[in-house]
Amino acid sequence: MWLTNSSVGRKVVMSVTGLFLVLFVTFHALMNAVALISFEAYDAICEFLGANWYAVLGTLILAGGFAIHIIFAFILTFQNRKARGNNRYAVNARPKNVEWASQNMLVLGIIVLGVMVLHLTQFWAKMQLPELMGEHVMNGTFYLRATFSQLWVLPVYLIWFAALWFHISHGFWSAFQTLGTANDKWITRWQCISKWWASIVFILFAVEACYFTWFFAL
Amino acid sequence: METNISFKLKVWRQANAHAEGRFETYEMHDIPTDTSFLEMMDILNEQLIEKGEEPVTFDHDCREGICGMCSLYVNGHPHGPATGATTCQLYMRRFHDGDTITVEPWRSAAFPVIKDLMVNRNAFDQIQQAGGYVSFQTGGAQDANAIPISKEAADEAMDSATCIGCGACVAACKNGSAMLFLSAKVSQFALLPQGRAEAKRRVKAMLAKMDELGFGNCTNTGACAAECPKNIKLSNIARLNREFLCAKCSD
Repeated sequence: MWLTNSSVGRKVVMSVTGLFLVLFVTFHALMNAVALISFEAYDAICEFLGANWYAVLGTLILAGGFAIHIIFAFILTFQNRKARGNNRYAVNARPKNVEWASQNMLVLGIIVLGVMVLHLTQFWAKMQLPELMGEHVMNGTFYLRATFSQLWVLPVYLIWFAALWFHISHGFWSAFQTLGTANDKWITRWQCISKWWASIVFILFAVEACYFTWFFAL
Repeated sequence: METNISFKLKVWRQANAHAEGRFETYEMHDIPTDTSFLEMMDILNEQLIEKGEEPVTFDHDCREGICGMCSLYVNGHPHGPATGATTCQLYMRRFHDGDTITVEPWRSAAFPVIKDLMVNRNAFDQIQQAGGYVSFQTGGAQDANAIPISKEAADEAMDSATCIGCGACVAACKNGSAMLFLSAKVSQFALLPQGRAEAKRRVKAMLAKMDELGFGNCTNTGACAAECPKNIKLSNIARLNREFLCAKCSD
Protein backbone atom coordinates (compact mmCIF):
# COMPACT_ATOMS: atom_id res chain seq x y z
CA MET A 1 0.00 0.00 0.00
CA TRP A 2 1.69 3.18 -1.20
CA LEU A 3 0.11 5.27 1.56
CA THR A 4 2.25 3.44 4.11
CA ASN A 5 5.16 2.17 1.99
CA SER A 6 6.29 5.36 0.26
CA SER A 7 7.60 8.51 1.91
CA VAL A 8 5.19 10.71 -0.06
CA GLY A 9 2.29 8.38 0.77
CA ARG A 10 2.99 8.58 4.51
CA LYS A 11 3.11 12.36 4.25
CA VAL A 12 -0.22 12.36 2.41
CA VAL A 13 -1.74 10.48 5.35
CA MET A 14 -0.29 13.11 7.72
CA SER A 15 -1.59 15.99 5.62
CA VAL A 16 -5.11 14.65 5.07
CA THR A 17 -5.60 13.75 8.76
CA GLY A 18 -3.97 17.06 9.73
CA LEU A 19 -6.33 19.12 7.55
CA PHE A 20 -9.25 17.15 8.98
CA LEU A 21 -8.09 18.05 12.51
CA VAL A 22 -7.68 21.71 11.52
CA LEU A 23 -11.30 21.70 10.36
CA PHE A 24 -12.38 20.10 13.63
CA VAL A 25 -10.46 22.62 15.73
CA THR A 26 -12.04 25.45 13.72
CA PHE A 27 -15.56 24.15 14.28
CA HIS A 28 -14.76 23.61 17.95
CA ALA A 29 -13.62 27.23 18.33
CA LEU A 30 -16.71 28.50 16.50
CA MET A 31 -19.12 26.43 18.61
CA ASN A 32 -17.46 27.62 21.81
CA ALA A 33 -17.86 31.18 20.55
CA VAL A 34 -21.63 30.71 20.89
CA ALA A 35 -21.12 30.73 24.68
CA LEU A 36 -19.66 34.23 24.42
CA ILE A 37 -23.05 35.40 23.19
CA SER A 38 -25.46 33.20 25.11
CA PHE A 39 -24.95 30.34 27.57
CA GLU A 40 -28.48 29.07 26.77
CA ALA A 41 -27.53 28.72 23.10
CA TYR A 42 -24.32 26.92 24.12
CA ASP A 43 -26.34 24.51 26.26
CA ALA A 44 -28.63 23.90 23.28
CA ILE A 45 -25.59 22.93 21.13
CA CYS A 46 -24.35 20.56 23.86
CA GLU A 47 -27.87 19.10 24.07
CA PHE A 48 -28.06 18.75 20.27
CA LEU A 49 -24.75 16.88 20.13
CA GLY A 50 -24.85 14.95 23.43
CA ALA A 51 -24.57 11.21 22.89
CA ASN A 52 -26.76 11.15 19.77
CA TRP A 53 -25.69 8.72 17.06
CA TYR A 54 -24.30 11.42 14.77
CA ALA A 55 -22.22 12.91 17.59
CA VAL A 56 -20.91 9.48 18.58
CA LEU A 57 -20.09 8.66 14.95
CA GLY A 58 -18.34 12.02 14.62
CA THR A 59 -16.37 11.38 17.80
CA LEU A 60 -15.27 7.97 16.52
CA ILE A 61 -14.12 9.38 13.16
CA LEU A 62 -12.36 12.19 14.99
CA ALA A 63 -10.62 9.79 17.38
CA GLY A 64 -9.55 7.74 14.35
CA GLY A 65 -8.14 10.87 12.69
CA PHE A 66 -6.23 11.77 15.85
CA ALA A 67 -4.92 8.23 16.29
CA ILE A 68 -3.66 7.96 12.70
CA HIS A 69 -2.08 11.43 12.81
CA ILE A 70 -0.29 10.67 16.09
CA ILE A 71 0.84 7.14 15.15
CA PHE A 72 2.20 8.38 11.80
CA ALA A 73 3.92 11.29 13.53
CA PHE A 74 5.89 8.88 15.70
CA ILE A 75 6.63 6.51 12.80
CA LEU A 76 7.85 9.40 10.59
CA THR A 77 9.97 10.87 13.39
CA PHE A 78 11.51 7.49 14.15
CA GLN A 79 12.34 6.91 10.47
CA ASN A 80 13.69 10.43 10.06
CA ARG A 81 15.97 10.18 13.09
CA LYS A 82 17.26 6.89 11.71
CA ALA A 83 17.87 8.51 8.32
CA ARG A 84 19.80 11.31 10.00
CA GLY A 85 22.31 8.79 11.32
CA ASN A 86 23.98 8.31 14.67
CA ASN A 87 26.39 11.24 14.48
CA ARG A 88 24.85 14.64 15.13
CA TYR A 89 26.32 17.91 13.92
CA ALA A 90 28.46 19.74 16.47
CA VAL A 91 27.28 23.12 15.16
CA ASN A 92 23.70 23.68 14.08
CA ALA A 93 22.44 26.87 12.50
CA ARG A 94 18.81 27.30 11.50
CA PRO A 95 18.80 29.00 8.09
CA LYS A 96 16.56 32.05 7.75
CA ASN A 97 13.22 31.26 6.08
CA VAL A 98 13.06 28.03 8.07
CA GLU A 99 10.23 28.25 10.62
CA TRP A 100 11.05 27.17 14.15
CA ALA A 101 7.71 25.32 14.30
CA SER A 102 8.55 23.22 11.23
CA GLN A 103 11.51 21.67 13.04
CA ASN A 104 9.63 21.06 16.29
CA MET A 105 6.30 19.64 15.15
CA LEU A 106 6.54 16.49 17.29
CA VAL A 107 7.29 18.42 20.49
CA LEU A 108 4.47 20.87 19.73
CA GLY A 109 2.16 17.95 18.97
CA ILE A 110 3.03 16.29 22.27
CA ILE A 111 2.18 19.51 24.17
CA VAL A 112 -1.12 19.75 22.27
CA LEU A 113 -1.88 16.09 22.99
CA GLY A 114 -0.92 16.35 26.68
CA VAL A 115 -3.25 19.26 27.45
CA MET A 116 -5.90 17.66 25.25
CA VAL A 117 -5.96 14.66 27.60
CA LEU A 118 -6.53 17.06 30.51
CA HIS A 119 -9.22 18.84 28.48
CA LEU A 120 -10.98 15.53 27.73
CA THR A 121 -11.07 14.66 31.44
CA GLN A 122 -12.58 18.08 32.15
CA PHE A 123 -15.30 17.92 29.51
CA TRP A 124 -15.75 14.78 27.40
CA ALA A 125 -15.34 12.40 30.35
CA LYS A 126 -18.08 14.31 32.19
CA MET A 127 -20.41 15.00 29.27
CA GLN A 128 -20.57 12.47 26.40
CA LEU A 129 -19.00 9.50 28.21
CA PRO A 130 -21.44 9.30 31.19
CA GLU A 131 -24.37 9.98 28.86
CA LEU A 132 -23.30 7.01 26.76
CA MET A 133 -23.34 4.91 29.93
CA GLY A 134 -26.86 6.09 30.66
CA GLU A 135 -25.97 8.46 33.48
CA HIS A 136 -27.50 11.87 34.04
CA VAL A 137 -25.36 14.83 32.93
CA MET A 138 -25.70 18.54 33.60
CA ASN A 139 -25.84 21.18 30.89
CA GLY A 140 -22.71 22.42 29.10
CA THR A 141 -22.41 25.67 31.05
CA PHE A 142 -22.15 23.69 34.31
CA TYR A 143 -18.89 22.13 33.13
CA LEU A 144 -17.61 25.43 31.77
CA ARG A 145 -18.10 26.88 35.25
CA ALA A 146 -16.55 23.82 36.94
CA THR A 147 -13.42 24.14 34.77
CA PHE A 148 -12.87 27.86 34.35
CA SER A 149 -13.71 28.77 37.95
CA GLN A 150 -10.24 27.35 38.72
CA LEU A 151 -7.68 30.06 37.93
CA TRP A 152 -4.81 27.70 36.98
CA VAL A 153 -6.77 26.48 33.97
CA LEU A 154 -6.38 29.73 32.01
CA PRO A 155 -2.54 29.84 31.79
CA VAL A 156 -2.39 26.12 30.97
CA TYR A 157 -4.96 26.59 28.21
CA LEU A 158 -3.15 29.65 26.83
CA ILE A 159 0.10 27.65 26.56
CA TRP A 160 -1.94 24.94 24.86
CA PHE A 161 -3.38 27.39 22.32
CA ALA A 162 0.09 28.84 21.64
CA ALA A 163 1.46 25.36 20.90
CA LEU A 164 -1.54 24.79 18.65
CA TRP A 165 -0.84 28.09 16.84
CA PHE A 166 2.72 27.03 16.04
CA HIS A 167 1.60 23.52 15.07
CA ILE A 168 -1.12 24.74 12.68
CA SER A 169 0.90 27.65 11.28
CA HIS A 170 3.33 25.13 9.80
CA GLY A 171 1.07 22.09 9.41
CA PHE A 172 -1.61 23.84 7.37
CA TRP A 173 0.56 25.05 4.46
CA SER A 174 2.77 21.98 4.71
CA ALA A 175 -0.30 19.80 4.07
CA PHE A 176 -1.07 21.65 0.83
CA GLN A 177 2.58 21.42 -0.23
CA THR A 178 2.49 17.65 0.40
CA LEU A 179 -0.72 17.28 -1.60
CA GLY A 180 1.05 18.92 -4.52
CA THR A 181 -1.22 21.98 -4.62
CA ALA A 182 1.61 24.49 -4.38
CA ASN A 183 3.90 26.30 -6.75
CA ASP A 184 6.11 29.39 -6.41
CA LYS A 185 3.08 31.66 -5.96
CA TRP A 186 0.96 29.33 -3.89
CA ILE A 187 3.62 28.35 -1.35
CA THR A 188 3.68 31.92 -0.03
CA ARG A 189 -0.10 32.18 -0.30
CA TRP A 190 -0.64 28.96 1.67
CA GLN A 191 1.92 30.15 4.25
CA CYS A 192 0.01 33.42 4.62
CA ILE A 193 -3.39 31.66 4.87
CA SER A 194 -1.81 29.27 7.37
CA LYS A 195 -0.74 32.08 9.71
CA TRP A 196 -4.13 33.79 9.42
CA TRP A 197 -6.06 30.58 10.04
CA ALA A 198 -3.90 29.63 13.04
CA SER A 199 -4.20 33.17 14.42
CA ILE A 200 -7.99 33.31 14.08
CA VAL A 201 -8.36 29.95 15.83
CA PHE A 202 -5.90 31.06 18.55
CA ILE A 203 -7.69 34.38 19.12
CA LEU A 204 -11.12 32.70 19.28
CA PHE A 205 -9.96 30.11 21.81
CA ALA A 206 -7.98 32.63 23.86
CA VAL A 207 -10.84 35.14 24.02
CA GLU A 208 -13.23 32.34 25.01
CA ALA A 209 -10.96 31.04 27.78
CA CYS A 210 -10.32 34.56 29.11
CA TYR A 211 -14.05 35.41 29.05
CA PHE A 212 -15.06 32.19 30.83
CA THR A 213 -12.37 32.72 33.48
CA TRP A 214 -13.48 36.32 33.98
CA PHE A 215 -17.15 35.26 34.13
CA PHE A 216 -16.83 32.21 36.37
CA ALA A 217 -13.69 32.80 38.45
CA LEU A 218 -13.50 36.53 39.05
CA MET B 1 40.73 44.66 0.72
CA GLU B 2 42.95 41.69 1.45
CA THR B 3 44.06 41.18 5.03
CA ASN B 4 45.44 38.20 6.84
CA ILE B 5 43.49 36.38 9.55
CA SER B 6 44.38 33.76 12.12
CA PHE B 7 41.82 31.32 13.47
CA LYS B 8 41.21 27.90 14.99
CA LEU B 9 40.07 25.13 12.67
CA LYS B 10 38.06 22.32 14.25
CA VAL B 11 38.07 19.47 11.75
CA TRP B 12 36.33 16.08 11.90
CA ARG B 13 38.91 13.31 11.60
CA GLN B 14 37.83 9.73 11.02
CA ALA B 15 40.30 7.08 9.84
CA ASN B 16 37.74 5.02 7.90
CA ALA B 17 34.04 4.18 7.64
CA HIS B 18 34.10 1.98 10.72
CA ALA B 19 36.45 3.97 12.96
CA GLU B 20 35.25 6.31 15.68
CA GLY B 21 35.52 9.93 14.57
CA ARG B 22 36.64 12.94 16.63
CA PHE B 23 37.35 16.64 16.25
CA GLU B 24 40.96 17.77 15.86
CA THR B 25 41.82 21.45 16.35
CA TYR B 26 44.43 23.18 14.19
CA GLU B 27 45.79 26.72 14.56
CA MET B 28 45.89 28.55 11.23
CA HIS B 29 48.06 31.68 11.03
CA ASP B 30 48.08 34.60 8.60
CA ILE B 31 45.73 33.22 5.99
CA PRO B 32 44.93 35.87 3.33
CA THR B 33 41.19 36.60 3.18
CA ASP B 34 41.28 36.21 -0.61
CA THR B 35 42.14 32.53 -0.16
CA SER B 36 39.28 30.18 -1.00
CA PHE B 37 38.13 27.80 1.72
CA LEU B 38 39.49 24.79 -0.15
CA GLU B 39 42.83 26.53 -0.73
CA MET B 40 42.93 27.11 3.02
CA MET B 41 42.34 23.38 3.48
CA ASP B 42 45.20 22.75 1.02
CA ILE B 43 47.46 24.99 3.14
CA LEU B 44 46.47 22.98 6.23
CA ASN B 45 47.26 19.73 4.42
CA GLU B 46 50.69 21.00 3.29
CA GLN B 47 51.47 21.89 6.89
CA LEU B 48 50.31 18.45 8.06
CA ILE B 49 52.40 16.68 5.41
CA GLU B 50 55.47 18.74 6.35
CA LYS B 51 54.97 17.66 9.95
CA GLY B 52 54.65 14.05 8.82
CA GLU B 53 50.98 13.82 9.78
CA GLU B 54 48.06 12.39 7.81
CA PRO B 55 46.46 15.11 5.62
CA VAL B 56 42.72 15.79 5.90
CA THR B 57 40.71 13.94 3.23
CA PHE B 58 37.96 15.99 1.56
CA ASP B 59 36.12 15.84 -1.77
CA HIS B 60 36.79 18.48 -4.44
CA ASP B 61 37.12 18.59 -8.18
CA CYS B 62 36.27 21.49 -10.50
CA ARG B 63 36.56 24.23 -7.86
CA GLU B 64 34.20 26.42 -9.86
CA GLY B 65 30.84 25.39 -8.42
CA ILE B 66 29.56 23.07 -11.13
CA CYS B 67 30.73 19.53 -10.36
CA GLY B 68 29.04 19.02 -6.98
CA MET B 69 32.01 17.28 -5.40
CA CYS B 70 32.95 19.65 -2.56
CA SER B 71 30.87 18.90 0.47
CA LEU B 72 31.93 20.51 3.72
CA TYR B 73 29.58 21.40 6.57
CA VAL B 74 31.11 24.66 7.80
CA ASN B 75 29.90 26.37 10.99
CA GLY B 76 26.47 24.71 10.86
CA HIS B 77 25.84 25.24 7.15
CA PRO B 78 26.38 22.87 4.20
CA HIS B 79 28.88 24.72 1.96
CA GLY B 80 29.42 27.28 4.70
CA PRO B 81 27.81 30.61 5.51
CA ALA B 82 27.62 31.94 1.93
CA THR B 83 24.27 31.50 0.15
CA GLY B 84 23.91 30.19 -3.39
CA ALA B 85 27.52 29.02 -3.41
CA THR B 86 29.42 25.77 -3.04
CA THR B 87 32.31 25.25 -0.60
CA CYS B 88 34.82 25.92 -3.38
CA GLN B 89 33.18 29.31 -3.96
CA LEU B 90 33.51 30.23 -0.28
CA TYR B 91 36.29 32.66 0.57
CA MET B 92 38.07 33.33 3.85
CA ARG B 93 36.82 36.92 3.82
CA ARG B 94 33.59 35.48 5.26
CA PHE B 95 35.48 34.78 8.51
CA HIS B 96 37.15 36.93 11.11
CA ASP B 97 40.40 37.00 12.99
CA GLY B 98 40.15 34.83 16.11
CA ASP B 99 37.18 32.76 14.86
CA THR B 100 36.77 29.07 15.51
CA ILE B 101 35.67 27.40 12.28
CA THR B 102 34.06 23.97 12.63
CA VAL B 103 34.28 21.69 9.59
CA GLU B 104 32.20 18.52 9.52
CA PRO B 105 31.26 15.96 6.86
CA TRP B 106 27.65 15.63 5.55
CA ARG B 107 25.92 13.62 8.28
CA SER B 108 23.24 11.27 7.00
CA ALA B 109 22.74 7.53 7.29
CA ALA B 110 22.52 7.33 3.48
CA PHE B 111 25.87 9.17 3.10
CA PRO B 112 28.32 7.15 5.23
CA VAL B 113 31.71 8.73 5.93
CA ILE B 114 34.53 7.18 3.87
CA LYS B 115 37.32 9.10 5.55
CA ASP B 116 37.54 12.41 7.45
CA LEU B 117 35.31 14.84 5.52
CA MET B 118 34.65 12.60 2.52
CA VAL B 119 31.28 10.82 2.35
CA ASN B 120 29.90 8.21 -0.01
CA ARG B 121 27.20 9.85 -2.16
CA ASN B 122 26.70 6.82 -4.39
CA ALA B 123 23.05 6.76 -3.25
CA PHE B 124 22.38 9.76 -5.52
CA ASP B 125 23.82 7.88 -8.51
CA GLN B 126 21.52 4.96 -7.72
CA ILE B 127 18.48 7.26 -7.60
CA GLN B 128 19.47 8.72 -10.98
CA GLN B 129 19.98 5.25 -12.42
CA ALA B 130 16.47 4.27 -11.28
CA GLY B 131 14.88 6.65 -13.78
CA GLY B 132 16.59 10.01 -14.11
CA TYR B 133 16.92 9.83 -17.89
CA VAL B 134 14.96 9.62 -21.16
CA SER B 135 15.26 6.10 -22.45
CA PHE B 136 13.77 6.10 -25.95
CA GLN B 137 15.46 6.73 -29.30
CA THR B 138 14.45 10.16 -30.54
CA GLY B 139 15.51 9.66 -34.15
CA GLY B 140 16.39 12.69 -36.27
CA ALA B 141 15.94 16.11 -34.74
CA GLN B 142 12.61 17.79 -35.51
CA ASP B 143 12.28 21.29 -36.89
CA ALA B 144 12.73 23.91 -34.23
CA ASN B 145 9.39 25.04 -32.77
CA ALA B 146 7.56 21.93 -34.04
CA ILE B 147 6.58 21.32 -30.40
CA PRO B 148 5.94 24.67 -28.71
CA ILE B 149 7.25 24.90 -25.13
CA SER B 150 6.36 27.87 -22.98
CA LYS B 151 9.16 30.12 -21.78
CA GLU B 152 8.07 29.48 -18.16
CA ALA B 153 8.30 25.69 -18.55
CA ALA B 154 11.66 25.93 -20.31
CA ASP B 155 13.04 28.26 -17.61
CA GLU B 156 11.73 26.07 -14.78
CA ALA B 157 13.18 22.93 -16.37
CA MET B 158 16.52 24.68 -16.86
CA ASP B 159 16.54 25.93 -13.25
CA SER B 160 15.79 22.42 -11.98
CA ALA B 161 18.53 20.98 -14.17
CA THR B 162 21.12 23.20 -12.45
CA CYS B 163 21.08 20.78 -9.46
CA ILE B 164 24.64 19.49 -9.20
CA GLY B 165 23.73 16.60 -6.90
CA CYS B 166 26.12 17.68 -4.14
CA GLY B 167 23.85 16.45 -1.33
CA ALA B 168 23.69 19.73 0.61
CA CYS B 169 19.89 19.30 0.79
CA VAL B 170 20.29 15.98 2.59
CA ALA B 171 23.00 17.41 4.83
CA ALA B 172 20.81 20.39 5.79
CA CYS B 173 17.62 18.40 6.35
CA LYS B 174 16.93 17.37 9.93
CA ASN B 175 15.17 14.33 8.45
CA GLY B 176 18.00 13.35 6.10
CA SER B 177 15.55 13.58 3.21
CA ALA B 178 16.66 13.75 -0.43
CA MET B 179 13.38 15.23 -1.68
CA LEU B 180 14.87 18.47 -3.06
CA PHE B 181 17.44 16.56 -5.13
CA LEU B 182 14.82 14.08 -6.34
CA SER B 183 12.28 16.80 -7.10
CA ALA B 184 14.82 18.72 -9.20
CA LYS B 185 15.71 15.61 -11.17
CA VAL B 186 12.03 14.71 -11.69
CA SER B 187 11.04 18.30 -12.56
CA GLN B 188 13.65 18.85 -15.25
CA PHE B 189 12.03 16.03 -17.25
CA ALA B 190 8.39 16.43 -16.16
CA LEU B 191 8.28 19.98 -17.47
CA LEU B 192 9.36 19.11 -21.01
CA PRO B 193 7.60 16.99 -23.68
CA GLN B 194 10.58 14.62 -24.05
CA GLY B 195 10.26 13.71 -20.38
CA ARG B 196 6.46 13.46 -20.18
CA ALA B 197 6.30 10.09 -21.98
CA GLU B 198 8.00 8.32 -19.06
CA ALA B 199 6.99 10.71 -16.28
CA LYS B 200 4.87 8.24 -14.30
CA ARG B 201 7.34 5.40 -14.42
CA ARG B 202 10.20 7.75 -13.60
CA VAL B 203 8.72 9.37 -10.50
CA LYS B 204 7.62 6.04 -9.03
CA ALA B 205 10.95 4.32 -9.69
CA MET B 206 13.10 7.18 -8.39
CA LEU B 207 11.00 7.72 -5.27
CA ALA B 208 11.01 3.99 -4.50
CA LYS B 209 14.80 3.93 -4.86
CA MET B 210 15.18 6.99 -2.59
CA ASP B 211 13.02 5.36 0.11
CA GLU B 212 14.89 2.07 -0.24
CA LEU B 213 18.26 3.75 0.29
CA GLY B 214 17.25 5.03 3.72
CA PHE B 215 16.62 8.74 3.16
CA GLY B 216 14.07 10.33 5.49
CA ASN B 217 10.55 11.67 4.95
CA CYS B 218 10.18 15.33 3.93
CA THR B 219 8.45 17.51 6.53
CA ASN B 220 8.61 20.75 4.53
CA THR B 221 10.99 22.60 6.84
CA GLY B 222 12.60 24.21 3.79
CA ALA B 223 16.18 23.96 5.11
CA CYS B 224 17.17 22.17 1.88
CA ALA B 225 16.13 25.03 -0.40
CA ALA B 226 17.60 27.62 2.01
CA GLU B 227 21.01 25.91 1.90
CA CYS B 228 21.05 24.75 -1.73
CA PRO B 229 24.10 26.18 -3.54
CA LYS B 230 22.11 26.23 -6.78
CA ASN B 231 18.96 27.79 -5.27
CA ILE B 232 16.72 24.87 -6.27
CA LYS B 233 13.23 25.92 -5.22
CA LEU B 234 10.90 24.29 -2.71
CA SER B 235 8.08 24.32 -5.28
CA ASN B 236 9.88 21.44 -7.02
CA ILE B 237 8.94 19.24 -4.06
CA ALA B 238 5.26 20.14 -4.54
CA ARG B 239 5.63 19.20 -8.21
CA LEU B 240 7.24 15.88 -7.25
CA ASN B 241 4.37 15.15 -4.85
CA ARG B 242 1.85 16.09 -7.55
CA GLU B 243 3.58 13.89 -10.15
CA PHE B 244 3.71 10.96 -7.71
CA LEU B 245 0.08 11.30 -6.57
CA CYS B 246 -1.16 11.56 -10.18
CA ALA B 247 0.94 8.54 -11.19
CA LYS B 248 -0.42 6.51 -8.27
CA CYS B 249 -4.02 7.57 -8.85
CA SER B 250 -3.81 6.55 -12.53
CA ASP B 251 -2.43 3.08 -11.72
